[in-house]
Amino acid sequence: MMGALDGELGEADLAELQRLLEENPSLQAEWKRLQEVKEVTSTMALRSPPEEVWETYWTSVYHRFERGVGWVLLSLGAIVSLSYGLWKAAENIIADVTIPGIVKLAILVAIVGAVILFVSVAREKWFVYRSDPYKDIQR
Amino acid sequence: METTLAYSLPTDERALAARARSGDLEAFGQLVSRYMQRAYYAALGLVGSHDDALDLSQEAFARAFRARHSLDPERPFYTWLYTILRRLCFNFLRDRKTRARKLEEAAGWLTDQARTRASVYDPARAAEITELRVLVATAIERLPDREREVLVLKEFEGLRYREIAELLGIPIGTVMSRLYAARRELAASLVEGHNE
Repeated sequence: MMGALDGELGEADLAELQRLLEENPSLQAEWKRLQEVKEVTSTMALRSPPEEVWETYWTSVYHRFERGVGWVLLSLGAIVSLSYGLWKAAENIIADVTIPGIVKLAILVAIVGAVILFVSVAREKWFVYRSDPYKDIQR
Repeated sequence: METTLAYSLPTDERALAARARSGDLEAFGQLVSRYMQRAYYAALGLVGSHDDALDLSQEAFARAFRARHSLDPERPFYTWLYTILRRLCFNFLRDRKTRARKLEEAAGWLTDQARTRASVYDPARAAEITELRVLVATAIERLPDREREVLVLKEFEGLRYREIAELLGIPIGTVMSRLYAARRELAASLVEGHNE
């Protein structure tokens, strides 16, 4: 029936459909309902946006590239600066004789833990991404 | 709305795609200009709002450029872009917080510009169809995403079954069964409308 509605059915199939419709009143009723749906939807269209949208479309896409590059650079810079700051802070704390040894140890352990977590998560993400056979499948 | 056949590859598209793949922004810009309307309307049919359709279609192009290394110049650019676009749209629909917003916008993305077309041959029937159109537009909003997608590609983009199948990477039989399920839902909404 879909093929007949959309004009994608050959002569032989159309004749067969016609025969089935004549033999089956309930099929005929459904056919009429579907024809009405087709009649209505064929008078509908997607609403067009203002023309200016097309004039600025490419510029907007281009700005997204720029922002993407900006975010990557900002993130890289922030990670490097933050890591350096943390390292220097740790160095100062370790060198400071007034801070108890147990606190220094705790800070060192916390830093090592954070690094392990970061590396572990990053590695897992990377391996999952590389081996996931469903990564391109729409959920 | 311009519709380029999904399975036919324009002669210069291969060259543009190859240049875009190597990072040529100008070539990519030409591909954007060529397919922006089609991408926008495809997104509009899926998400049902102008702002979201514009945002998602532009984001699809931006992601396409970032993923340009997976672009095969021997394949139609739009088919590749559409896989990115539909994933973005479906994720967007999944994440959209409330269905209320969706229903609020029902029929806002559809236009009855074709009313004039109907009124040419039968004004009385055209008036009746105008009423039915509201019911159908609301029912389209309520369709499952994949059924609505096929319906939109068929009815509003005017693609043939083979083109839809290629675009979605599904068999033609699945295209027809989704279309049938969608139209059956719309028919039910019309029956309800007639009964009220």
